[in-house]
Amino acid sequence: MARALITVPKTAKAGEIIEIRALIQHSMETGYRRSSEGDLLPRDLIRNFSCRFVDAAKSGEAGDIVFAATLHAAIAANPYLSFNLRALSSGTLVFNWDGDNGFSHREQITLTVN
Amino acid sequence: MKRRLFLASSAGLMASVVIRPVAALTQNPVLTSLVNAYAAGGVVREGRVKFDIAPLVDNGNSVPVEITVDSPMTPAQYVVGIALFNEKNPQNQVAEFVLSPLAGRARVATRIRLALSQQLVAVAKMNDGSCWTHTVEVLVTIASCIEE
Repeated sequence: MARALITVPKTAKAGEIIEIRALIQHSMETGYRRSSEGDLLPRDLIRNFSCRFVDAAKSGEAGDIVFAATLHAAIAANPYLSFNLRALSSGTLVFNWDGDNGFSHREQITLTVN
Repeated sequence: MKRRLFLASSAGLMASVVIRPVAALTQNPVLTSLVNAYAAGGVVREGRVKFDIAPLVDNGNSVPVEITVDSPMTPAQYVVGIALFNEKNPQNQVAEFVLSPLAGRARVATRIRLALSQQLVAVAKMNDGSCWTHTVEVLVTIASCIEE
């Protein structure tokens, strides 16, 4: 199981723009490197990331996309992404990572807007 | 050669040496074609995007980058996406980001790999279809991707 580290303020004022930082443990093997035996190491990448915001009043729905990314081999190991959110109402932030070899990781964080 | 003529020609030579590094960065044709493909027919111009990266990179395995775009990020006017391309890594694509007005600020930061000293470009696509770019040149001392 991969470990993910997400930094989001617990509370925000309405209309405030907050910073979200998401880091996940993953080798992001490029498929261009060779092992000490000279064999090509198979490619193993996280391909997609998304962050959705589900309004507290509409819980159960898929929510709106805040930020999404398509990653390639040129993204460093343990992919780090930082972006922003305009906090308008309380709700849940849902983070998703998908990749090669069936890799899938989901995290969620509640945000209180007052 | 007459002394006067020699002085005139050497002064010209010195001027050309001085002027060269000041000239604007000419974008590599590889990057230009990638940018045009991403723009998908939209007008591509330089500006509005700021690609923050250290000009001299010690370790190409993890290079912090930050891209900010001059945009109010309102439902009427916002950045749809940002793409990063490189010139000399085994693959030219670095990442494509999708943004929405909900983000509030057109900014993204991540860490990338660089195989060699090369040019990089950040393209921002606006909701009106126009694209804006910033091309940077980076020197890399320890390469990534192709090492053991």
